[in-house]
Amino acid sequence: MTLTYELQVAAYITAAVLFILSLGGLSDQESAKRGVWYGIVGMAIAVLATVFGAGVSIGPVLIITLIIGAIVGVVVANRVEMTGMPQLVAALHSFVGLAAVFIGINSDLSPPANLIPAEVVIHEIEVFIGVFIGAITFTGSIVAYAKLAGKVGGSALILPGRHVWNLLIVAACIGLLVMYMNHAGSWTLYLMTLLAFVLGAHLVLAIGGADMPVVVSMLNSYSGWAAAATGFLLGNDLLIVVGALVGSSGAILSYIMCKAMNRQFLSVILGGFGGPSGEQLAIEGEQIAIDADGVAASLEDADSVVIVPGYGMAVAQAQQSVSELTRRLRAKGKNVRFGIHPVAGRLPGHMNVLLAEAKVPYDIVLEMDEINDDLPETDVVIVIGSNDIVNPAAQEDPNSPIAGMPVLEVWKAKQVFVSKRGQGTGYSGIENPLFFKENTRMFYGDAKTSLDALLAKIT
Amino acid sequence: MKIGTPKEITADEARVAMTPTSAARLQKLGHSCLIQSGAGKAAGFNDDAYREAGVEVVADADALWKAADVITKVRPPEANEIGLLDQSKTLISFFYPAQNEALLADTNSSKATLLAMDMVPRISRAQKMDALSSMANIAGYRAVIEAGNNFGRFFTGQITAAGKVPPAKVLVIGAGVAGLSAIGTAQSLGAIVRAFDVRPEVAEQIESMGAEFLFLDFNEDGAGDGGYAAPSSPEFREKQLACFREQAPEVDIVITTALIPGRDAPKLWLEDMVKLMKPGSVIVDLAAERGGNCDLTQMDKKIVSDNGVTVIGYTDFPSRMAAQSSELYSTNIAHMLADLTPEKDGQINHNMEDDVIRGATASHAGEITFPPPPPKVAAIAKQTAAKVPEQTPEEIAAAEALAAKKAGWRQIGLLCVGAAFMWLLGNYAPASFMQHFIVFVLAVFIGFQVIWNVSHALHTPLMAVTNAISGIIILGALLQLDSGNGVVTLLAGISVLIASINVVGGFMVTRRMLQMFQKS
Repeated sequence: MTLTYELQVAAYITAAVLFILSLGGLSDQESAKRGVWYGIVGMAIAVLATVFGAGVSIGPVLIITLIIGAIVGVVVANRVEMTGMPQLVAALHSFVGLAAVFIGINSDLSPPANLIPAEVVIHEIEVFIGVFIGAITFTGSIVAYAKLAGKVGGSALILPGRHVWNLLIVAACIGLLVMYMNHAGSWTLYLMTLLAFVLGAHLVLAIGGADMPVVVSMLNSYSGWAAAATGFLLGNDLLIVVGALVGSSGAILSYIMCKAMNRQFLSVILGGFGGPSGEQLAIEGEQIAIDADGVAASLEDADSVVIVPGYGMAVAQAQQSVSELTRRLRAKGKNVRFGIHPVAGRLPGHMNVLLAEAKVPYDIVLEMDEINDDLPETDVVIVIGSNDIVNPAAQEDPNSPIAGMPVLEVWKAKQVFVSKRGQGTGYSGIENPLFFKENTRMFYGDAKTSLDALLAKIT
Repeated sequence: MKIGTPKEITADEARVAMTPTSAARLQKLGHSCLIQSGAGKAAGFNDDAYREAGVEVVADADALWKAADVITKVRPPEANEIGLLDQSKTLISFFYPAQNEALLADTNSSKATLLAMDMVPRISRAQKMDALSSMANIAGYRAVIEAGNNFGRFFTGQITAAGKVPPAKVLVIGAGVAGLSAIGTAQSLGAIVRAFDVRPEVAEQIESMGAEFLFLDFNEDGAGDGGYAAPSSPEFREKQLACFREQAPEVDIVITTALIPGRDAPKLWLEDMVKLMKPGSVIVDLAAERGGNCDLTQMDKKIVSDNGVTVIGYTDFPSRMAAQSSELYSTNIAHMLADLTPEKDGQINHNMEDDVIRGATASHAGEITFPPPPPKVAAIAKQTAAKVPEQTPEEIAAAEALAAKKAGWRQIGLLCVGAAFMWLLGNYAPASFMQHFIVFVLAVFIGFQVIWNVSHALHTPLMAVTNAISGIIILGALLQLDSGNGVVTLLAGISVLIASINVVGGFMVTRRMLQMFQKS
């Protein structure tokens, strides 16, 4: 059975509409569940329409690869811990990048026939751009994965003259493109691929761990543009539409993240934190520790509690304990809420997902802007493994590297407890004056161990 | 070291600088404590209570001054007390060295070390020994109580069978520690409280205590260094007085606490304002010691004006609550001694490198060390003026129109650039490309529009979904599977494999995530 071209286009249009509905459905939690189904159905229609369309014969290779791929996908998706989400997403991006590279190379090996000269030029540019974006996405995602999974250090690798190197690579790629279009041979394409691999890895290596949410959404965007470029290459409108949707959504997400951190998008992508412009305010005072009994006593007296989770909660897998603490405090009639900073964690919305996994009701999980006004009236704030996003230096010290970044103003609450592993600084390596404030007590220890000790005191 | 506290010799001073509680703290530092018999009586601590706490009770002042190494007091020393000092002794008390230069010189000539509790720098580490704040807190509380005592009505509004009682209206001028404390006390008694301060940034603190901040539409920040107020300009003052004049007929109780460091108290509640007030109203002037904020204030006296307004100019509010103020003051002193005894071994280490100790020391080793250098750490970050007056609707509309115009021009500019680019492209690119390109551009726009609406909490699911969807690249690989070229088929096969992992894995993970979101 073979679909006619017209039917195939009709199926593609249906799929495109379903994909748009799928993304639009994510505007709230309830419609989001429906939205995923739209996406799944759209994808199924698209794949089936292609498989049964002209030019594809259903052979063993196709069936076997599809089945193996699906099984691996199911296994991976079910195995992954929710705290491992950032790594998984980054790893999956690399697949799209690699596929784009292969498809581009394939198209170079067997170019479509019957092209007029202008179309040949366009086709060659398309191949080149598709492979270039795909290659950057591939290695960039792999490095991001390695960083997020802790396989390489999180700190930024700053080579001397790194911008020059990047520019040189891009210039070399453009030179190779010109040679390629003058039929210098396929080796130019392969060499460019290698250069783009290096470029992708280097770009992400130069970005510090604290900026990872931006990097992941940026790679998401790249993978979309890679798909769109492939669509041009193959003259497939559905690929173009979906690639463009994904590309623009990733771009906007990156923009939102950057805005939340008060950072220039370009400086994040090009790496480097931008050194402090003057002497930072010295911090005076000392960090005062407290034990579980003290925290429990304060919580007993408090009427309103705000919990600010960060990456430390994810690392310690403490979300279940947090949820249990929330449940017990709420059972006592206390007003417990969560304050989530837009860049808490290593992935946009990371904390929301973890809290949702631990069955914390989402209507008590509030955004930074929603909760900041309430913090001065809050009795107790518990900061669990977050650092930079509650750093008052962002507002008080104009020379701080994070000056101007919007932060959760937890120090305005009557009492702040900070659950933290030790006295070290956060991912950005900045000292946090919050820990030295009069109303702050440090609750040292692994977040999960500490919270479990706390739970034992609160019945 | 022996820490001793004599009986205060100033008349009517009921406070004492050591309580049984603070003595216990001092003993933990390795010190032993002495007290003059009867020193705590006026504050409600009898000799037996001190004995129980392990304090040695000494019969008279001379013996105490002789035996003790460190003397803690409330009031500045008097001439005969200075005579009892020598270079081995340390005196800790309120001193006000700026106003008492002669006394400071006298004390210095005895070569004793003098720590002035009123000179403790205002930095966060020193808050625990900030006796000015702890006394001001009590003064603010007591001011409201004194006002209530002289005010013939309820603070709180009531509707009873015997008629309706309006709530008292209290105006607090100057929202330092005393002012804020007065606001809180009056508020909890049920009064309607308004407050004014020249430092706009304290508006937030005033509102946090439940009072209404009287906002002056005037662009001047009255904040000086160290969180205190600075003198204001004549125009500002006029505006401020006009505001008070407006309030005068309405308010029942006025509590003024306005002080500027090192100056006489500014006159803020003028005679004509008192005349405007209702009979039976009360003014409590906490600045009476420095001349008073009110024209009619007489230091240490309560007077009644011709129109029946009571003006209270007491200066001993903390002493009127001696039990409480002694408790707090002696704790401040104990904290100071804790900083002076870092090893907790009963040995005083007078570390002049320490900001707090350096700041409080007015005389040391025969030298006058007042005034101290500014502390190394800024006390309180200079605040930027908070709360601008609300814009009128017209202003907001005008600003919006301007912004819209700007955005409009920018958009037109971008559109022109875009159009030029399109024209170029259309000149050179083939028709098939242009057809795809239109699809591409439209899709980008749809993507932008759709994604803006995605809620923040769903950014991770969004990323997972877009990731799954970007697996659409599988279509490209599928189309290349049958090319007949072995290498191409192999690469396409790998592409199909990894793209399908992406699609299936991405969707599954998204579903898992979304299932976890639940309402309470």
